[in-house]
Amino acid sequence: MTTTPIKPVSPAAPERSETPIIMGMIAVLAVLPLLGVYPYFVMQALCFALFACAFNLLIGYVGLLSFGHAMFLGTAGYASAHAAKVWGLAPELSILFGTLASGALGVLVGLIAIRRQGIYFSMTTLALAQMIYFFYLQAKFTHGEDGIQGVPRGLFLGVLDISKPLVLFYVVLAIFVAGFLLIYRTINSPFGEILKAIRENEPRAISLGYRTARYKLAAFALSAALAGLAGATKVIVSQNASLTDVRWEMSGEVVLMTLVGGLGTIFGPVVGAFIIIAMQQYLAEFGQWVLVIQGVIFVACVLAFRRGIVGEAAKVLRRNL
Amino acid sequence: MVEDFILETKGLTKEFAGFTAVRDVDLRVRRGSIHALIGPNGAGKTTCFNLLTKFLPPTRGAIAYNGRDITSMAPADVARLGLIRSFQISAVFPHLTGMENVRVALQRHRGDNFDFWRSKKVLDDLNGRAMALLEDVGLTEFADVTAVEMPYGRKRALEIATTLALDPEMMLLDEPMAGMGHEDIEKVVELIRRVSANRTVLMVEHNLNVVANLSDTITVLTRGQILAEGDYATVSANPEVQQAYLGASHG
Repeated sequence: MTTTPIKPVSPAAPERSETPIIMGMIAVLAVLPLLGVYPYFVMQALCFALFACAFNLLIGYVGLLSFGHAMFLGTAGYASAHAAKVWGLAPELSILFGTLASGALGVLVGLIAIRRQGIYFSMTTLALAQMIYFFYLQAKFTHGEDGIQGVPRGLFLGVLDISKPLVLFYVVLAIFVAGFLLIYRTINSPFGEILKAIRENEPRAISLGYRTARYKLAAFALSAALAGLAGATKVIVSQNASLTDVRWEMSGEVVLMTLVGGLGTIFGPVVGAFIIIAMQQYLAEFGQWVLVIQGVIFVACVLAFRRGIVGEAAKVLRRNL
Repeated sequence: MVEDFILETKGLTKEFAGFTAVRDVDLRVRRGSIHALIGPNGAGKTTCFNLLTKFLPPTRGAIAYNGRDITSMAPADVARLGLIRSFQISAVFPHLTGMENVRVALQRHRGDNFDFWRSKKVLDDLNGRAMALLEDVGLTEFADVTAVEMPYGRKRALEIATTLALDPEMMLLDEPMAGMGHEDIEKVVELIRRVSANRTVLMVEHNLNVVANLSDTITVLTRGQILAEGDYATVSANPEVQQAYLGASHG
């Protein structure tokens, strides 16, 4: 078996830059509302896309399946809604506050969760997310089932009037692009190389002298903060923070989006988020059947396109996507 | 003359629920030697390895490396002292290329660095050194091939190149020849002999031919205890060792 003549099997795909595709994606997103697509829908999808990208940073590049990521989406949502409505902070500061709140929660949850491997890690994140959910259900400032409604938008950075839908749209797009590029850079940084090594073979990374727990914690906190950025932005868009964003179903939805688009791909979570949000939007007339349709798509993806839509495309095109 | 031991254990013991895998092992590895740990299946060789590299906590006993007590250190910290291990199953990063595998190890010299905002182009400085290491183990044409696509023997060579990237003072190799064909075995024996210059190597190995012509000292373990120790001639002449080996599955 090992003595057969050795030839290098299919040299790895030549390293091609993703920059043109990223530029193309931004251009398409930027013209969507001008083509008559409902801006509110695109903004919602962009927030979920950023949320899915943050989640994918963990599962796709560190190999950690968090089943409680809704807690970061929701925490930032409540934090920024409270900051904007009760404290009267400017929208950019409210978003920043929400992001930091989720990042801090990410450090705490990470410290507990990364001590466990595999399914135990996932279950720990789920359990902690449920605790957070019940806290928000009971806490006064979240207003329980009502949520925080009528979150003001105001002037972004003191000049951009985000009560105008199109201005708001481009602000949200800018936030999405910033978050997406930060994740892209993280994946392609020296830090990202170590994360990939941990995903591939953690004991080996340890034996090379890496204190892998610290890298996993840093990645977890970063992912939590970026999920928070998505949640905070989402609240400014919908002007409403509610329990929906902290429920476990939301944690499941982000798994679904990422799987449909392609785990561990750069563009997969974006594609997955747009597909799932579009389904919820345009199939709304089917009522509860949307969930059934989502379930069927999920099963189809797992059975037929294990790599997700973008993952399969990347395989056909023999390149990273 | 006082002998210079790089690694020393005293009364090293590991108990799993109701079963003692390693019992009172006093192992001393001379600096600069190639030391082999042999024994029939289940003798506790791999457990011993995991204890030495701190992947398992010992139940009792002490481990000293370079005169320093490492008994309660974390595995990554032991690695940082220059004691680097390999694994029984070839320990590569499967979906990284040969070059990337070695570079992950070279990156260690940057310390605990969480620079997620920086481009990985800063690592290109390491490419020359990584290429030299790959060349050293005959993997030049595999630099751009992902490890998962490499034949078994090449994976082991890649693993050794990755270990060498850290310039370890001592290497612990867990069955480096397991599952290899003859051709590859010769190559790896040659490789180990070459890289052992200025280093200490402790290896677990089943293949007695390999052990015979590679190691300076052999320690024989059975049922978690040291049965015999010495060079190949001494050890192989020991009737108890013959008994243990003939009685087990190794002819």
